[in-house]
Amino acid sequence: MTYDVAVIGAGVVGALTARELSKYELRICILEKGADVASGSSKANSAIVHAGYDPLPGTLKARFNVKGNEMFERLSQELEVPFKRIGSLVLAFNEADMEVLQKLYERGAENGVPGLEILRGYEDTARIEPNVSTDVAGALYAPSAAITCPYELTYAAVENAAANRAEIMLETEVAGISYEDDLFKITTSQGDISSRFIVNAAGVFSDNAAAMIGDNSFEIKPRKGEYLLLDKSQGDMARTIVFQTPSTTSKGILVTPTVDGNLLMGPTSTDTSDREDLSTAISELQKVINGALRSVPGINLKQVITSFTGLRATPDTSDFIVSPSPVNKKFIHAAGIESPGLTAAPAIAEYVAGLLKDAGLELVQRKDFNPVRKSIVRFNDASDGKKAELIGGNRQYGRVICRCELVTEAEIVEAIRRPAGARTVDAVKRRTRAGMGRCQGGFCAPRIVEILSRELGVPAESIRKTDGSSMLLTGRTKEAL
Amino acid sequence: MREADIVIIGGGPAGMAAAIEASKNGNKNIVLLERDRTLGGILQQCVHNGFGLHLFGEELTGPEYAERFIRQINELDIDVKLDTMVFDISKDKVVTAVNSEDGLIKLKARSIVLSTGCRERTRGALNIPGTRPAGIYTAGTAQRFVNMEGYMPGRKVVILGSGDIGLIMARRMTLEGAEVKMVCELMPYSGGLKRNIVQCLDDYNIPLKLSHTVVEIHGRERLEGVTVAKADEQGRPVDGTYEYVECDTLLLSVGLIPENELIGALPIEMDGTTSGPVVDESAQTSCEGIFACGNSVYVHDLVDYVTLEGYKAGKCAAEYVASLSSGSNAGSDVPVAGVGAKGTTAAEPKDMIRIKSGHGIRSVVPQQVHRECREDVRLFFRVGGIYHNAAFAVDSGDKTLHSVKRRIVTPGEMESIILTADMISKIKGDTVILSMPAGQEKGGEVNE
Repeated sequence: MTYDVAVIGAGVVGALTARELSKYELRICILEKGADVASGSSKANSAIVHAGYDPLPGTLKARFNVKGNEMFERLSQELEVPFKRIGSLVLAFNEADMEVLQKLYERGAENGVPGLEILRGYEDTARIEPNVSTDVAGALYAPSAAITCPYELTYAAVENAAANRAEIMLETEVAGISYEDDLFKITTSQGDISSRFIVNAAGVFSDNAAAMIGDNSFEIKPRKGEYLLLDKSQGDMARTIVFQTPSTTSKGILVTPTVDGNLLMGPTSTDTSDREDLSTAISELQKVINGALRSVPGINLKQVITSFTGLRATPDTSDFIVSPSPVNKKFIHAAGIESPGLTAAPAIAEYVAGLLKDAGLELVQRKDFNPVRKSIVRFNDASDGKKAELIGGNRQYGRVICRCELVTEAEIVEAIRRPAGARTVDAVKRRTRAGMGRCQGGFCAPRIVEILSRELGVPAESIRKTDGSSMLLTGRTKEAL
Repeated sequence: MREADIVIIGGGPAGMAAAIEASKNGNKNIVLLERDRTLGGILQQCVHNGFGLHLFGEELTGPEYAERFIRQINELDIDVKLDTMVFDISKDKVVTAVNSEDGLIKLKARSIVLSTGCRERTRGALNIPGTRPAGIYTAGTAQRFVNMEGYMPGRKVVILGSGDIGLIMARRMTLEGAEVKMVCELMPYSGGLKRNIVQCLDDYNIPLKLSHTVVEIHGRERLEGVTVAKADEQGRPVDGTYEYVECDTLLLSVGLIPENELIGALPIEMDGTTSGPVVDESAQTSCEGIFACGNSVYVHDLVDYVTLEGYKAGKCAAEYVASLSSGSNAGSDVPVAGVGAKGTTAAEPKDMIRIKSGHGIRSVVPQQVHRECREDVRLFFRVGGIYHNAAFAVDSGDKTLHSVKRRIVTPGEMESIILTADMISKIKGDTVILSMPAGQEKGGEVNE
């Protein structure tokens, strides 16, 4: 099988690129080494669509940030992904901070960020953000900043790409790439694949992918960020995305509501040489707490549900690498996509399509391209009338599996059966919220294992939490044997 | 909309007892809603014995204990809806639920009994740093896997927390051939029953490491080990005591939290120490006609007491409904004011006596009694530490109403003291305090 384009990596960048390319008459495959899409940086980040005052003017980051932010409105509607333009504040705690805010304001204006405003004093800031610390000296208000759900966006993009005939291959790790007769031969853990073009969207592994064709033009220096997620009871402690004035040593800790109504705080920033190190450390989590309380002192820390770490694909070039490889122009990098990567992703996808065209890929619009993807109906969000109607149409809506988030069997089954559907407990969790609530899967994990086992036609012992051999069960009990 | 006299939410031991007693007290319009596939709640996964010693004078397994009540419910022909999830209770007592058979169910209740039980604290609440591999379960989840689904959640086990479910699972996993390496307890004493420490740990040579905690989780895909450390008096890990323990499973038995999210929007007064609603001697909450019992009120250590509380709630709910229908109040939602211990209505605050926790006492339930209460009331309480030869007193102003002594008390075991009707009638103020007179020595070994 020969593809026109093989996209390496099903994070938000790879997924949106594949979806963009699926608008054209192309044979596309997405190769993902994880057991689920969005299993790297795209599943653990701040979930923010940045306004764009932060990147230096003239950089790809600045360009794609502002463009991507504009594109989100329509994209989120087409793909039915949560998107809330709640605005952001960068808090200043003293006069020196206020001067930095002035610079950010000017930079934002140069980048073309709409509606920026500098608020002076606590009073004005508290009018926008009532729970903010009284120590605040002022803030930069960016009304165009927004929140979304990065993994939902990735699922949506992959599902939509698949609906438009792209192929997604999970647990397919690229082991080597060779190039002959104008074709890339990609050796994967699931066999060989040929493709005319490659898009390198391999996240923290994108330099490794580049090295497979002898391209050592950049290096990824992964940077860890630790977060704490709090119960919905704390969700309204922040109405906007609350940043702190960046210093030379730190970008500060942010506090933001999530699209699901929880409160998220973080991230820290530490370099790591380990590209799979998602561990948390007590000292780092303490930094998150200290930082968050500095901005919003009233947060109830007893309401912490979980902590997690995300890895940023920080490049050694200080800007996104979105360009043809110097080694082979048919190998397009979409690499080094650290913050504001989520925001930039839609713009990067569009730009990559252009780069492929420049490299000789003929882009013929597909007449039957369908830009619309429907999300899984959330039973919990439905009105009583709609709930009754759902159960009337499918009795599995009447079986509540996750008690805390009121997730039904019908939603879980749909999450499994969709294209690139859930195979693992965490994949079900991210698609449906089952297990994300107060009890963290304590009650529903056994039921979800049972449903996965039934739907996938595999024994319960083979059901995994995430990747690799993360099996939840080790065998049968003596009685059951 | 269907109308029901009494809607009982939760078909575990508390809810089953409430249904039975409400029915025996003459009410025939009861609906019992249960979200699982069977009645019995967590009892169904507790295959060990030890249930019913107080109530039946014999040691039953959880399912056997549950079966006795299920049979009665069937005999009394009580309307039970299984696989039914309640997700809303409105201020005017409309209960909204769903199931596969009936779809969306709306029940207009005259009285509601909350018997929703409790949930386990999780890793997130403890915020243990490290990786996030498979193999970390609450003890109750592991218990369900082993006892109800027939699967082993792991082979080499460390248990954090010495709550009763953790202790029971230490033995259960051992009997299934797993190696339980240790039980770590942050506190200098166990949170579980003494008998469970003896029968589940000591008998199997499983070490109980008091003042120890898990400080880090290791392993990417499946758990590979944990770092255990000694904890100081503030619960902080002590440098130089870190020890790596290889294991593929970490079970958490670090506390139970009453489940009351369902009533979050109702004006029900909550008790910050128990995390349950404030109740009076008739199991009534501060919302008239809404009763609560069992682990949703406070976490019990013995199911027998949960059942007794359920009986009380069911009886009082039936009496409440009867009082609504009788006399001048027939058919009216406006109740007779302050009728007192016969459980009819929520009284004005001035008709209530508050029972407060004083020195040495962590929590006490019920938190209030009617001044007109003409029955003896048993106060259940937990202490804040281990005490030997402990004295307890119930004081009203500067007068001591009642005092008792216990040879040994621990936070893991619920204690009780009876306030007689006579004592209650002598209370002058609006508050009594249950406390341990100052100067008592805390600490020491439980095993003496």
